[in-house]
Amino acid sequence: MPTLTYRDALNQALREEMQRDPSVFLMGEEVGVYQGAYKVSRGLLEEFGPKRVVDTPIAELGFAGIGVGAAMGGLRPVVEFMTWNFALLALDQIINSAAKMLYMSGGQIRIPIVFRGPNGAALQLASQHSQAWESWLAHIPGLKVVAPATPADAKGLLKSAIRDNNPVLVLEGEMLYNLKGDVPDGEHVVPIGKAEIKRAGSDVTLVCHSKTLSVAQKAADQLAEQNVSAEVLDLRSLRPLDEAAILESVKKTNRAVVIEEGWPHIGIGAQVVDLIQRDAFDDLDAPVQRVTQADVPMPYNKLLERAAKASPEKVVAATRRVLYLD
Amino acid sequence: MATKVHMEALSPTMEEGRLVKWSKHEGDPVKSGDTLAEVETDKAVMELVARADGQLLKVMVPEGTTVPVGNVVAWIGKPGEKVDGTGSQESGAGAPKPAPNPAAAAPRPAATAPAAPVAVPADATRVKASPLARRIAKEAGVDLKLVQGSGPGGRVIKRDVEGGATQARAAAPAPGSKLPAPSGAPYEDVPLTQIRKTIAKRLLASIGPIPHFFLTTEIDMERAAEAREALNKQLGDEGGKISFNEIIIKAVALALVQHRACNAWFQEDHIRYWNEVHIGMAVAIEDGLITPVIRNADMKSLREIGAESRELAGRARNRRLKPEEYTGATFSVSNLGMFDIDQFTAVINPPEAGIVAIGSIVAKAVPDGDRVVVRRRLRLTMSCDHRVIDGATGAVFLKTLKQMLENPLAMLL
Repeated sequence: MPTLTYRDALNQALREEMQRDPSVFLMGEEVGVYQGAYKVSRGLLEEFGPKRVVDTPIAELGFAGIGVGAAMGGLRPVVEFMTWNFALLALDQIINSAAKMLYMSGGQIRIPIVFRGPNGAALQLASQHSQAWESWLAHIPGLKVVAPATPADAKGLLKSAIRDNNPVLVLEGEMLYNLKGDVPDGEHVVPIGKAEIKRAGSDVTLVCHSKTLSVAQKAADQLAEQNVSAEVLDLRSLRPLDEAAILESVKKTNRAVVIEEGWPHIGIGAQVVDLIQRDAFDDLDAPVQRVTQADVPMPYNKLLERAAKASPEKVVAATRRVLYLD
Repeated sequence: MATKVHMEALSPTMEEGRLVKWSKHEGDPVKSGDTLAEVETDKAVMELVARADGQLLKVMVPEGTTVPVGNVVAWIGKPGEKVDGTGSQESGAGAPKPAPNPAAAAPRPAATAPAAPVAVPADATRVKASPLARRIAKEAGVDLKLVQGSGPGGRVIKRDVEGGATQARAAAPAPGSKLPAPSGAPYEDVPLTQIRKTIAKRLLASIGPIPHFFLTTEIDMERAAEAREALNKQLGDEGGKISFNEIIIKAVALALVQHRACNAWFQEDHIRYWNEVHIGMAVAIEDGLITPVIRNADMKSLREIGAESRELAGRARNRRLKPEEYTGATFSVSNLGMFDIDQFTAVINPPEAGIVAIGSIVAKAVPDGDRVVVRRRLRLTMSCDHRVIDGATGAVFLKTLKQMLENPLAMLL
């Protein structure tokens, strides 16, 4: 199986879908001539021409609205945000137009659109550019939200997102773009709404997604040295959430730690914990723990930034608590 | 707010408990889970544990007093906190005969109870347990009130009820049935259950470091004697004649294979159940006694056991045994038959849990239906370490041993 970076896996998904379906087109800031701020769209302008790879002005609300209109008109737009921090400016189109149109038109108007871009913190980009938006976005009925953690999942989920007849938000990661991994050639589709056990274990379930997969995996390595067998469950999709996979794992391990990049208050983990306490109550041996970003704007200072982020050490500490080891 | 310490129902049938000894005294810091006192229930002396953190503010009940379940026996709280020095309303060391239902004695706080929702006062009627622990306990029929929680604030968690389930099973009869299946290792270590700990503690107080008890049985050796004569006749001049000693050692070893509960070592906090059978054979030497070991005696032939025991005994008398030749037995046999002793009790060789004492084989008149016949009989006494072997456990082992000796063909099974 070929080894690709996360960036090239996304590029491959875009290229294959644009080759397969002429109604698919890419639009966003710097996606054409500059080939993308993070080079995800490398070579696409050359292959598909300026009608299908469209550079936009710096006007997120405007081009998100053009995308929604194009989707209403029968096209399948892929709208790239340079980061999801900038997508705040486009939320009215995403939430009030894309997410609502099918419902408010009585099922007549579908919006098959993909909004994608990097989400969450990178390194020292300060508080305005270091935010994880998934709990905001997954809050909205009418949207689907996926957050691939590996190159293979990035390709498979972006393909599913482009083929889906609903608005799908793809949350990528600046720190993930260089991540390498095996990516199947050609038709590799990961269904939306399916979590995956990335590492099997028996003592605790570490629920994670996107960048926190690597946090969970490092924690699982450290825990293994302490004779704790951790299962790492990568949610992959945040809406819909693979509730069955979460419950099945927790029923096996009886304990869970939920990890996310975002803030603790009303985060993704809160939703996961709600599910576990309701539907796996009799299987729980300890209260579920959460590991999140500290409840502060992301500090710019390098050491403070590191201290604020979810880390393997925090996951190990939380795991020891659910196992009553400390 | 200070927390009351209640006399808890430490056995399912307990209605009152005698406060034997306070392990903590007024002013001592206590943590949830600490032993506060030893309480004698209707079955055993159990530990009353703290269900709150703080300081033992006041002891309400002097040692030696018997109080009904549900009564306040002490208070735990912050240093200097005021407590109700009169105890609970239904209390009083001389209270005639209340024995109240603990649930009635300590009504649950109303749902609207104000303040500090995290500090629900621990009392004798409410058990903190994880949902999983509750489910396991329910399925295993374990009373959560009897389980000591190891989680925060004394919360009963999965590992506690798994222990509790073991304890509940141990209380049932069927001696020996609770052992883990042989794993292929030489032995299995089984942690001491609560009941075994209590048995160990109580019996030690009674009889000394190893609480012995003795089981005696009389065995008809007629058929064993016939078998021995026939075997020796067949051996003719080959030498290495079979003695009763070998037959008994072999039978003991084979019976131990069937009753692993007797083939064990007591080890402080666990019992080591051996999957191998190594028989220590007491040999008198000039100024003492030593027990060379016949290893894997269950798998050796009578002639092998005979040759080995003669060789070991010879070297024992010459003080030529290596340490590994007289250590590691899992059970012992002591034979004073040659000294014309009818019956005796042998002292256990620790950490082994049992030894059988072999008396002389003597001709006796015994009833056979309505006749009296003369049979060769052996009186055999087993000494058991009660921390490991209970009466019934020892008895079923002896029954098997007796059957083997009375019908030596059974050893071939």
